[in-house]
Amino acid sequence: MQIVAAAVCGLIFGWGLLISGMVEPTKVIGFLDIFGNWDPSLAVVMAAALAVSSIGFRYAASRACPVLASESLWPARTDIDPPLVIGATLFGIGWGLVGLCPGPALENLAMLSPRVIAFVGAMAFGMVLHRIWHKRRAGPQPLSEAPAVARDG
Amino acid sequence: MENFTPVSAAVGGALIGLAAVLLMLLNGRVAGISGIFAACLNLSGSDRSWSAAFIVGLILAPLTAILVGYPVPAPQMPDSWIVVVVAGGLVGFGTRLGGGCTSGHGVCGMARLSTRSIVATVIFMATAMVVVSLSRHVIGV
Repeated sequence: MQIVAAAVCGLIFGWGLLISGMVEPTKVIGFLDIFGNWDPSLAVVMAAALAVSSIGFRYAASRACPVLASESLWPARTDIDPPLVIGATLFGIGWGLVGLCPGPALENLAMLSPRVIAFVGAMAFGMVLHRIWHKRRAGPQPLSEAPAVARDG
Repeated sequence: MENFTPVSAAVGGALIGLAAVLLMLLNGRVAGISGIFAACLNLSGSDRSWSAAFIVGLILAPLTAILVGYPVPAPQMPDSWIVVVVAGGLVGFGTRLGGGCTSGHGVCGMARLSTRSIVATVIFMATAMVVVSLSRHVIGV
């Protein structure tokens, strides 16, 4: 059931990106280009998404457990550390260069555009590279898969 | 500002918020796409199957749109393959190092008023704005 629920959520999320126009890299660049012909649409997308999710999350948090799973994994970290700042900066550079963030990039795979496939391939490589680097840095102790709790997103 | 589309932006944004709420309410998981994709790539992780299902749903969205006759735009990308690949690599590595992307930090984290997510969102938005401004108005790519 959790798999079906996740697929439906992905579908709704994808329709949201599609209707809002955020699947189009040019639309996103139009928002980021504050000195050009500025298009504030992305700000409205975020405001609407935040309005719905802040109310919905409050309800979800008030429940003892989620409908289909045994526990909710809310991110728990509150510290501002160098990886957060450096990671967000690197992501911002990549996002600004092409206008694709992970959601629209994956959704655009449906269009079978060679450049999107290359982008997603490089994105996957970057993630795997981070995982290897993170494992090396953590040292030889067994890296438990459990603390997914702290993941932000 | 003639490209501004507030109505479709609000409708689409509300759907994104709804998807995030449903994933938390049903499965108890954060709808952060970079984290979901990373979990999908991680062969040993326990979150792998639902993560893969979420991404399948995401990719099915434009295909169902085509089926019902809703217009789906072809993505416009930079001409340079090097720019595309470098950008993809930075997005992949950066989102994992920073713990999230536009959805995980920008929507889910900000909705919880998480300080980490607010800081991350301000940084990646400001950085992306600087990159776009430099490449469009200074270097003139």
